[in-house]
Amino acid sequence: MSILILAEQHDGELAAGTAHVVAAARAIGGDIDVLVAGEGVDAVAQAAAGLDGVSRVRVADDAVYAHQLAEPLAELLVALADDYTHVLAASSTTGKNVLPRLAALRDVAQISDILEVVGADTFKRPIYAGNAIATVRSSDPLKVITVRTTAFDAVADGGSAAIEPVSAEVSNPSSRFVGEELAQSDRPELGSAKIVISGGRGMGSGDNFKLLDGIADKLGAAIGASRAAVDAGFVPNDMQVGQTGKIVAPELYIAVGISGAIQHLAGMKDSKVIVAINKDEDAPIFQVADYGLVGDLFEILPALEQKL
Amino acid sequence: MKVLVAVKRVIDYNVKIRVKPDHSDVDLTNVKMAMNPFCEIAVEEAVRLKEQGVASEIVAVTVGPKAAQEQLRTALALGADRAIHVETEARVESLAVAKLLKAVVDEEQPDLVILGKQAIDTDNNQTGQMLAALTGMPQGTFASKVDVKEGSVDVTREIDGGLQTVALTLPAVVTTDLRLNEPRYAKLPDIMKAKKKPLESKTPEALGVSVESGLELLGVETPAERKGGVKVGSVDELVEKLKTEAKVL
Repeated sequence: MSILILAEQHDGELAAGTAHVVAAARAIGGDIDVLVAGEGVDAVAQAAAGLDGVSRVRVADDAVYAHQLAEPLAELLVALADDYTHVLAASSTTGKNVLPRLAALRDVAQISDILEVVGADTFKRPIYAGNAIATVRSSDPLKVITVRTTAFDAVADGGSAAIEPVSAEVSNPSSRFVGEELAQSDRPELGSAKIVISGGRGMGSGDNFKLLDGIADKLGAAIGASRAAVDAGFVPNDMQVGQTGKIVAPELYIAVGISGAIQHLAGMKDSKVIVAINKDEDAPIFQVADYGLVGDLFEILPALEQKL
Repeated sequence: MKVLVAVKRVIDYNVKIRVKPDHSDVDLTNVKMAMNPFCEIAVEEAVRLKEQGVASEIVAVTVGPKAAQEQLRTALALGADRAIHVETEARVESLAVAKLLKAVVDEEQPDLVILGKQAIDTDNNQTGQMLAALTGMPQGTFASKVDVKEGSVDVTREIDGGLQTVALTLPAVVTTDLRLNEPRYAKLPDIMKAKKKPLESKTPEALGVSVESGLELLGVETPAERKGGVKVGSVDELVEKLKTEAKVL
């Protein structure tokens, strides 16, 4: 077996997800190469070479790969895929954008969001927003897979893989980067944060979400919201945790004023420890919470911030 | 400009799913079905493009069983001009759906294809990207804004950590994210009118597409139930437990 992993990068750095994808690749077994494609990606390549278990880092440094557009990345992967039995990427917006395109160009299926490696050709993945787990087997010659990074523990640093350039003639006449607007926040990203604190309709207003700020600052937590809070206009949709929003699985999830609709539970029930704060003691959120605190969130939140 | 919009019949998003006793799949017998929520957003976007005078014709397409015609009728009631049903009772994976849609694209020659970013049953998030690959079109996935220009379209995409805008040469594929728009409900007179709009049926055989897949579903299980824990009496007790018992602080 030989596995190629598409490295994930943000702002010229290797993103944390890649170390989790390497862990999934190690569960499959075989030689593991990492592909770093972008413009000016030396630092990313160096970081990838340090991941435990990686035998080689292949670097495609060219302006055509800047901004990780799907069309050129898929074309590059198609050119390299002959050497591999598996191509993996994180189930991030980049992985999800690029890998199906590669799979179709190679006329093979793509397996999304795997949670577990059963064997080199058999994987478990969530369906119906995680309310069921499917086991699927692929008979395709090339397995193209996105990995739910929260389901695999990151590999450590300590490797020293060789770094080699790859040359491929890739052009991109049909899509062009126009601009991006990245959320300016010192807080970690919702999808990769170790602690998430989310507010629901019980927060009462968008202004009241400020009550979560101090706690998030102290804990180094990301702030999320339920769909009800988004629908009520309290906060923007990119904060939504749930079936139709972001799926998170942090070490600690604190649900504040969230009743616990199926929608929301689907997005956070794989968190290691769940805390629920709600004034309604019969709220369904308490059925999944490890620690429940019944009471008025407007009293509890300031007290909690003080105690941390 | 002609817009092709693809829709999928799925379990209604409010239904709590059950796994079959033999663990072969999810049990869909006598379950309420509906249009996939992301497909509703796709239809809405197409209709808005027509209302703005950007789109001249909207063709709705679905791949699925006989009953999926209900979802096509919904699309017609919402504003699609005509519909194409690729009828198959088989379990079709994303790649096969993308191949079938490509065959429809070859016949219809749309300038823009809009799909939901994923279906809430299989959660694959693949079909739009695969269709783009097979047709050689550029793709604007997870769209929160679509701005059609002369010969191109600017698509603002929801990416991890923010938004990215790309300019795509037409024809192009767009897949919808939640923030793109808020779908309308079909009005009764429109539902009545939709019954008379043209709906054409095709088969995978007639389109020359094999729906076989390299993927085999070995089984489906219910995830381990999460057990509720304890109620704590105070903030002090909560912090104490998180520090000493759960060890997450």
